[in-house]
Amino acid sequence: MEREPGPGGARRALGRLVEAVLASRGEANAVFDILAVLQSEDQEEVQEAVHACSRLFGALLARGELFVGQLPSEEMVMAGSQGATRKYKVWMRHRYHSCCNSLGELLAHPSFQVKELALSTLMKFVQLEGEHPLEKPKWEGNYLFPRQLFKLVVEGLLSSEEDRSLLLSQFREYLEHDDIRYHTMQAAADTVARVTDGRPEVPLIFWNNAFTLLSSMSLPRQEGDLSSFYVKHVELSDKWKVVHLKEHRKAFQLMWLGFLKHQLPLRICKKVLVIMHDAILPYLAQPSLMIDFLTRAYDIGGAISLLALNGLFILIHKHNLEYPDFYRKLYGLLDPSVFHVKYRARFFHLADLFLSSSHLPAYLVAAFAKRLARLALTAPPEALLMVLPFICNLLRRHPACRVLMHRPRGPELDADPYDPGEEDPAQSRALESSLWELQALQRHYHPEVSKAASVINQALSVPEVSIAPLLELTAFEIFEQDLKKGPESVPLEFIPAQGLLGRQDDLCAQHFTLS
Amino acid sequence: MGKARSAGARGKAPGAPAGARGGRTRPNPNPFEVKVNRQKFQILGRKTRHDVGLPGVSRARALQKRTQTLLKEYKERDKSNVFKDKRFGEYSSDISPEEKMLKRFALEQQRQHEKKSIYNLNEDEELTHYGQSLADIEKHNDIVDSDSDSEDRGALSAELTAAHFGGGDGLLYKKTSQQQGEEGEKPKSRKELIEELIAKSKQEKRERQAQREDALELTEKLDQDWKEIQALLAHKTPKPEGRGGKEKPQPDAYDMMVRELGFEMKAQPSNRMKTKEELAEEAQARLRRLEAERLRRMLGKDEDERTKNPKHVSADDLSDGFILDKDDRRVLSYKDGKMNVEEELGGEASASESAEEEEEGSGEEGDPEESDGPDGHSDLESDVGSEDGGERAEEDACLVPGDIAIAHDGGAREAARTELPYTLAAPESYEELKSLLSGKSVEEQLLVVERIQKCSHPSLAVGNKAKLEKLFGFLLEYIGDLATEDPPGLGIIDKLVVHLYNLCQMFPDSASDSMKFVLRDAMHEMEATVESTGRAAFPGLDVLIYLKIVGMLFPTSDFRHPVVTPALLCMSQLLTKCPVLSLRDVLKGLFVCCVFLDYVSLSQRFIPELVNFLLGILYIATPKKQSQGYTLVHPFRALGRNSELLVVSDKEDMATWQRRRLSLHWAAGPKAQTKTEANHTRLSCLAVCLALVERCVRVYGALPSFHDIVRPLRALLTEHLADSSRPRELQELGQSALTEMESHARLCRPLVCEKSKPVPLKLFTPRLVRVLEFGRKQGSSKEEQERKRLIHKHKREFRGAVREIRRDNQFLARMQLSEITERDAERKRKVKQLFNSLATQEGEWKALKRKKFKK
Repeated sequence: MEREPGPGGARRALGRLVEAVLASRGEANAVFDILAVLQSEDQEEVQEAVHACSRLFGALLARGELFVGQLPSEEMVMAGSQGATRKYKVWMRHRYHSCCNSLGELLAHPSFQVKELALSTLMKFVQLEGEHPLEKPKWEGNYLFPRQLFKLVVEGLLSSEEDRSLLLSQFREYLEHDDIRYHTMQAAADTVARVTDGRPEVPLIFWNNAFTLLSSMSLPRQEGDLSSFYVKHVELSDKWKVVHLKEHRKAFQLMWLGFLKHQLPLRICKKVLVIMHDAILPYLAQPSLMIDFLTRAYDIGGAISLLALNGLFILIHKHNLEYPDFYRKLYGLLDPSVFHVKYRARFFHLADLFLSSSHLPAYLVAAFAKRLARLALTAPPEALLMVLPFICNLLRRHPACRVLMHRPRGPELDADPYDPGEEDPAQSRALESSLWELQALQRHYHPEVSKAASVINQALSVPEVSIAPLLELTAFEIFEQDLKKGPESVPLEFIPAQGLLGRQDDLCAQHFTLS
Repeated sequence: MGKARSAGARGKAPGAPAGARGGRTRPNPNPFEVKVNRQKFQILGRKTRHDVGLPGVSRARALQKRTQTLLKEYKERDKSNVFKDKRFGEYSSDISPEEKMLKRFALEQQRQHEKKSIYNLNEDEELTHYGQSLADIEKHNDIVDSDSDSEDRGALSAELTAAHFGGGDGLLYKKTSQQQGEEGEKPKSRKELIEELIAKSKQEKRERQAQREDALELTEKLDQDWKEIQALLAHKTPKPEGRGGKEKPQPDAYDMMVRELGFEMKAQPSNRMKTKEELAEEAQARLRRLEAERLRRMLGKDEDERTKNPKHVSADDLSDGFILDKDDRRVLSYKDGKMNVEEELGGEASASESAEEEEEGSGEEGDPEESDGPDGHSDLESDVGSEDGGERAEEDACLVPGDIAIAHDGGAREAARTELPYTLAAPESYEELKSLLSGKSVEEQLLVVERIQKCSHPSLAVGNKAKLEKLFGFLLEYIGDLATEDPPGLGIIDKLVVHLYNLCQMFPDSASDSMKFVLRDAMHEMEATVESTGRAAFPGLDVLIYLKIVGMLFPTSDFRHPVVTPALLCMSQLLTKCPVLSLRDVLKGLFVCCVFLDYVSLSQRFIPELVNFLLGILYIATPKKQSQGYTLVHPFRALGRNSELLVVSDKEDMATWQRRRLSLHWAAGPKAQTKTEANHTRLSCLAVCLALVERCVRVYGALPSFHDIVRPLRALLTEHLADSSRPRELQELGQSALTEMESHARLCRPLVCEKSKPVPLKLFTPRLVRVLEFGRKQGSSKEEQERKRLIHKHKREFRGAVREIRRDNQFLARMQLSEITERDAERKRKVKQLFNSLATQEGEWKALKRKKFKK
């Protein structure tokens, strides 16, 4: 192919070639030239070539000039003595195949524009091929979808080498279509299985890509008509799997289970758990199958356990799951870091739910109250403002636990009978103890905290305090509230200042110097 | 019967008003006109208003009123010409009478001017008052002025006034009418009258003079007598013996002095100067009182009461007793300044004394007395009153010499004084202040700030208050800049803090606003990074210094304070959100801990974050950890790069280490330290940390769950002590903290709620309600009663109005009927007359005919 300078030149040349091939079958060899440009170094030329391929094979597909059916090998057909038309079609189909392969390779091109273009071209082929299937229908009304081609696309998206999140976000708009989503789920499950098969170490990038793709899948909530198809069909048949939400759910479940059965990196695990309760569990055909993953995550400890709680709760609550030692494990989750992690609000929301049952034994509730009070001794004010009403609510719900704050004529003790190291709440002897921690917190430096802790001085009022607005409280919000607290007069220090570090007996002056 | 009565009433109508009016006061003599509404029962407490009525009289009155108004209208119903009052502003009430008169006069002038006097050049128009020419009156005025020495001048007798100003018609007329009776129907002319008046007043005047002279003589005599007696009393020969009674005594120097002093402006009455003991006692009392208030605020007891009584009296509000004392002092110094000429020595001394106070106020004096300090500033505190301010300004003025005299002890300062301008305008922007202060030495900068404050003292000009308020903000900003410089200008900040304190005492509100602004800024910055990354770096030295300054300007022990509480939160954030990544961070963190503990040193409040932070610091200073019995919380991690930040392994460095105070300079900027220095700093940090732990233990020892709070600290400390390679001092510190922990008793008394008031049982005793009024109106709320009352009133009025209208109509109908009957009667009469005449005519004609016929 003679090269003309400039991008316009390349476009014109390719345009001429495409015209020629489309015009007469005799010029078919020009296809090689076009396909060669796809491998070019120049980004512009590659783009032009992709455009040209798109036009060429789009037209050929529409005209039906590609061989339909099980593709025989090229040499065999060429050597054979079939008609020239058949030979041409088989040959062209082979070219189309190699074109698709090189487009799939282009999905890994360094330039994003090329990637995007390749993706959109491939998707266009998927659409055209779906309308003019290249396989023979086995029976009347057989549902045909270019699975091979589509698998190529999904494999290109789920790369192990580089982060494809941008391309995946482009791909997300195709997922609006029901058929594409269905086949993507199938293809993704296949790909994940293939990539992880027999490999001990799977790169994090692959997991990231896979998670991005999987998490962008969203099934419709209700059984409506699944009719927004990417591949246009004249008539939708009720026998096709793709039109049933049940099948979608099955595919969805297979995909997630296939994904989650692997040893996921912690970060991915966290991400999955965060979206678990509202993006995964409701769409599974059989949500209780998720129990394996959730229990595994719950046993990991730390923030992951906190997150797994949510999913477990849904399973226990809605799907009748029996989970032994649930409260014991929940009790074990309470450690000082619980007040400092990012998911504090979610955890306490759930804990509130779990402990809202009035059928819980008193020893258990007392142990929780005592444990929380003990932890409150290390908590920042924003957490204290939430956890103190929380404890009081526990005592309100369970009048048997009020001995924690009111034990008249109780014996004076040498030490707190509560055993913080005990893992079993039943053995912690919390009911014999009192909430001295709250008494200590009455001397907290922040006035609101002090007030909240002073509630236990009186008999508790009957209505519970809603902790929902307190869950998301941040220190900054408290700070702003304090600043805005009314235009009252400002009392002043009456001992005059002498210097930056203060008087001799001040701590700062004792331990610091200005020199 | 009714007819007869009404007829009687009508017959009586013309005389009725007088009778009715009289009826109010004296009982009507005619018993037939009285209608008595007899009551069946006497009811206690009921006022009867309508027991006796005079129906005839009231009917007559109503009728008369109608004839005067309604009938008139009725009669004039077809008339179209009206009487119009064109006097200017006669019926408008929004013009005052004087104004009205002026306008009328002007209008009249205008009218006259237009009409006649266009060509009248000499405008000799006659001014009148009540129709009399003013020229006349002036003549009379001369007469009045002649008795100017009369005591009741200005208060002219009523007759005189009337004669001169009354236009001669009111009183004069009355008098003449009176005199008419006396002098037998012969009226006097005006001239005669006036002459009589003049004669009378002259006589009066003479009488008065005579009286006065008598009184004078009497007093003189009395004086004389008194002097004699006085001489006897004092056993002295009376000096003024030789002087004549009328002669004026020669004034001697003393008398003159006394007079002069009498005329001089009097000094405000003041209490006597207080002795030193008294002053000290007062200061003590004040401190005690302030402390008591502080305690009250610390316990937050007024937190609930505040809702009822929002007015909060600040601890430093000196509006009560103390102001008096302060005023006292000021007045004295003022007097001293005045008396300088006479008591040179004393004045000097006191001036220099107060100058000393002044100096110590600005922080130059090395060791001021505790009790005097507040006094020195107290005058700065309440300068809202302009009078006080004025006095103070004067005081300043007279203190200048003393000021300078004091100044020569520092040569540098003296030099600076000579260089710097004496008056400095308060800066309007931060840049201005910075340009004023830049490139100057510490002393000069301080002088500049001091002079700015003096030159724009709020008492000197109106806008100065705002200027000084701004100055506070600028100074804060300046301090922030100084702190972020490398190396930080801590020396200047140290001195500037005193100025900040003074300014804050003057303008607490604006100072707190600026402080809040600065804190919010710092928090915003931190919040932004925390939002995005979940953690934040330790802020610069400026924030730490701001926090420290807050603690100095405001009472940190209050239960809730508009500035201190946010500052506490800010520190809590610093200790929980900022990971310790370097030695510098350790230093900053420890400084924050110190400030935090200083804040709660009086109130002894509990700070969980602080304990956590100290635990973390101890942890990173511990080698070979077992991690048992404690858990680290957020900013610290059990494992990782910085988990052994403070561990010192070099034996030699440990041996050469000496405990020193940490320098804030290290916290400011990256400073290359040798390895040994760094190690020494590490050990110093550890020492500070241990000291703080000990302090915490001592402060929190009384808390109920003290042992649970310090359990992790104890576990780490025992680990520490296990390592015996540490310097002895550190070991001792750790040991003492540990023993302190152990020494606190473990006493757990079960919690018991406060006894709440038992809820009273529901009782079935009847509820008693005071009955204020009987009848339908009782038993409802006040508004309901008011409403019912209004409805009732409206109904009554409505009925009254309807009745009135009905009666009007009846009256009119009666009038029309009478008109018609009158007209008919007239017609009848005329017809009759006609018939009569016709009959006579007919008769005559017939008679004539008969006559003819006879003939």
